[in-house]
Amino acid sequence: MATCPATLEELPRYPEGKEILTCLQCGMCSGTCPYGDVMDYPPRRIIAMMRAGMLEKVFTSDSLLSCVACYACMAKCPRGIQLTDVLLPLVKEQTLTHLPELPSELQKALQNMLRYGNPMGEPSRKRAAWVKTAGVPIRIFSEDRRPADALWFVECYTSYYPRGQDNCRATAKVFHRLGIDFAILGNEEKCAGECGRLTWEPGLSETLMDYNMAVFQKYQFNRIVTSCPHAHNAFKNRYPALGFNWGLEHTTPFLGKHLAQLKPLLTRKLNYTVTYHDSCCLGRQSEFYEAPRQLLRAIPGVKLVEMVHNRVNSICCGGGGGGMWLDTYFKAKGYERLSERRAKEAGASGADVLAVSCPYEVSRFEDALKVLGYDKRLIVRDVTELLAEAMEE
Amino acid sequence: MHILILLKMVPDVVEDLEIAPDGKALDLEYLRMILSESDDHALEQALLLKERHGGKVTVLALDAPEVDDALFTAVAKGADRVVKVVGMDAGLTTRQAARVLAQAIQSQTGLMPADLVLTGVQAIDDLDGLIAPLVAYELGLPYLDIITRVSFDALGQLVQAIKEYPGGVRGEFEVKLPAVLGIQAAEKPPRYVPVAKVRTAMKSQKIDCTPVPTLADGGWLPIEVVEMKRNEPAGHAEMLEGDPDQVSGRLCGILAERGLF
Amino acid sequence: MTGNVWVVAEQWRGHLSEITYEMLALGREVADGLGVPLTAVLAGCGIKELAQTLGCADSVLYVDHPLLTEPIPELCAETLAQLMEARKPCALLVPLTNVSLGIGTLVSIRLGNSAVNFCKDIQIVDGKLQVICVMYGGKIEVAVEPAGDLAIVGVWPGARSADKGRSERSPAIEEVTVTLEDSRVRLKRYIDPEAGDVDLTKQDVLVAVGRGIQSRDNIALAEELAKTLGGAVAGSRPVIDQGWLPLSRQVGKSGLSVKPKLYVALGISGAPEHIEGMKDSALIIAVNSDAGAPIFNVAHYGIVGDVLETLPALTAAIETRKTASHHA
Repeated sequence: MATCPATLEELPRYPEGKEILTCLQCGMCSGTCPYGDVMDYPPRRIIAMMRAGMLEKVFTSDSLLSCVACYACMAKCPRGIQLTDVLLPLVKEQTLTHLPELPSELQKALQNMLRYGNPMGEPSRKRAAWVKTAGVPIRIFSEDRRPADALWFVECYTSYYPRGQDNCRATAKVFHRLGIDFAILGNEEKCAGECGRLTWEPGLSETLMDYNMAVFQKYQFNRIVTSCPHAHNAFKNRYPALGFNWGLEHTTPFLGKHLAQLKPLLTRKLNYTVTYHDSCCLGRQSEFYEAPRQLLRAIPGVKLVEMVHNRVNSICCGGGGGGMWLDTYFKAKGYERLSERRAKEAGASGADVLAVSCPYEVSRFEDALKVLGYDKRLIVRDVTELLAEAMEE
Repeated sequence: MHILILLKMVPDVVEDLEIAPDGKALDLEYLRMILSESDDHALEQALLLKERHGGKVTVLALDAPEVDDALFTAVAKGADRVVKVVGMDAGLTTRQAARVLAQAIQSQTGLMPADLVLTGVQAIDDLDGLIAPLVAYELGLPYLDIITRVSFDALGQLVQAIKEYPGGVRGEFEVKLPAVLGIQAAEKPPRYVPVAKVRTAMKSQKIDCTPVPTLADGGWLPIEVVEMKRNEPAGHAEMLEGDPDQVSGRLCGILAERGLF
Repeated sequence: MTGNVWVVAEQWRGHLSEITYEMLALGREVADGLGVPLTAVLAGCGIKELAQTLGCADSVLYVDHPLLTEPIPELCAETLAQLMEARKPCALLVPLTNVSLGIGTLVSIRLGNSAVNFCKDIQIVDGKLQVICVMYGGKIEVAVEPAGDLAIVGVWPGARSADKGRSERSPAIEEVTVTLEDSRVRLKRYIDPEAGDVDLTKQDVLVAVGRGIQSRDNIALAEELAKTLGGAVAGSRPVIDQGWLPLSRQVGKSGLSVKPKLYVALGISGAPEHIEGMKDSALIIAVNSDAGAPIFNVAHYGIVGDVLETLPALTAAIETRKTASHHA
């Protein structure tokens, strides 16, 4: 990936900037944007304001707080303008410095990411605490420096949140049964920093990227496999500029590549009707639509149904772009939470399991199901959790 | 208006605190330092006053791990000058730190005159005293603490300060300037400053370093630490295990037994 | 050690604070342990009759001065310092409260003596005082020995039970004088909180929220629990600072002291400043995601878990039980 413009001033000199000049003002972006109807400045208007030399007004509006970096606009743009990846982060960065007050929950999350390497403010020494409960041996690079084929980049929500740890344990179990040669960074791991980039704070993102690259260079491995689509996004789109040249996989499509070995191990029948939610970073950004579905279909007793909006049309859970820490803000504004909007679709699909592949989605959808009262008839499971469940002990 | 802020780094209690092998101090190995919370509020209050009345904000701190970060963050937030006292022994107590600060304030050019000296009301490691009253006494200035609101009067000769009392009562005070105030909370929570701005501050501004002044003997006898340990409290709750529904059921039973509903 | 043990009687707006009696109880033990008398020091203007209740002490030194009508730290410290220079006590116990914070430090530097802060207990070891202090937000306990002939100790609320510091006895009261100059600090007026809709101190049930409630919205969940239990919602300092609850709902050092039949602490870590305001509640139930949270040291029952999950589950369980017993 070519180097990216670092500021709005630089933007016109780059191909991405020239693309923006070709905008038709068709409004597909604003129309597709899940919060397009409540933003003062949806993407189309931002470009219009840019052309009119009135971008200042966008910076002082809180409109960008409603952007959840879901890639819907970018996927639909007929000109292929790099909205989510290039323009919007640059505008968000300016908004951060111009907004009189940043919502406190978001502020705290950003401060915690900088200081502790995770948005929850948990100590780094507890990041690998889940390993004791994994049930299978997990190699940690700092303790055992032998090379491994894969560095499994676990990420924050997966490491610290109880439901995320369920995912970790499932992933570890599946990796182990497949004989994957992997190791983790353990307490040395810090957030990949994608949230910083798409969430306003390039400075934060750079700090984390510099740190992670230095840690990666200490060990020998061929590829990074990560449980988090946001981390995957960062490694794919941002880290190459810092010299990232390892193979890159997200756990779900990675396991999809191992389907032939995996299938015979899936011996327990799960009588579930499953609907799969395409996450934004894995789906629209990277186009991994079929691998998760193939995995689900390989599980005996699983029947797959689709929600109304699937694949490229999937509706974001609302966690990206800082949305994970802006629920209070959205509620105060009277917006419907995207996770609730999506949970309604899941409820209408006839499924009893909502399958996901992003750690944000588990807590967001479980909350939403509770709020809607669907939590007795629908459960949320990561694809990997379902695979692990389908394996006998 | 010239406002002087005194900042201190304290152990970050998010990390587990371990005791050093001698059993008398904290183990420094995993210790991380963070800006004392009420000092952050003192800085924020100073910046709010600067925004309202103009003038300068100078920040003074003693050298400590991670203090540079706090000082550059202060610059990024709007402080005009940041000064650090270097060359002290490690592990100064609050009492000793206050003496060093007071001496530095009087000897380093430009720190005085200040109209107002603000610092946090109390830090979690203030075992042998509080910075604000100690510095006030050494400088011969009036002092008031637990302040949550500060405003200058029209002539800039005194401040109106609101002090918190129990039961939500507040006291409205007038304090003649120059004065030292111990800030409990700023009028607004400390502002956010983007990392990029802090990194810019690191490139564009220097921290003025001033050597530790030679101090005459304090004349007081120190306190001796006999033993330091993790706080094992006398009692502990009976812990209820299980998922939310299970614990709720049990709690319900407990409350019903006591006729609480 | 020779010299009396002195306790500062904290008076504010015409009343003696609870902590005065807590410290008298502590001071009594220390004085008896050292074999010296216990003296209470009361300073104010026209409040001599308050000295009558200080009978746990052997004697009371009463200072009457117009400049001492309101507790200005510098004037209180100067008063104590002058008396101490003349009478040389071996120990001075000063409260760590909003009213008296800083006085201990000022007295110590004024006399060129050390001070010890954060005291929760004092023991006598080999005839010397050993002060047990709690630091780092309650996580670390440290035992220190002040050197020299005088120990100036700042004492946290709750070091002893106030009842042990009350006495029917009438103490010997000695009126003494000090020389004071006008202070550069002047109290203009007190601002009493607006009569809130609810007086927390009169509630039987309080559902209190801390940082763990995470957002203003989620307070509605606490309100539901409060409603179903017939109580009111309270908050710890961070919640009030954020503006999520009004000042009238603050429990703790700068807020209210409450003693309800039931105190449910949700997402409150249990910093000393909060504990001070609710530790005497009859039944304390705490929910916090951190198993090491100090709140579990004062709670009777504790749950390590997600407040946002446990709270609605508890409300639902109680509702179900109420409906069931209603129909039974």
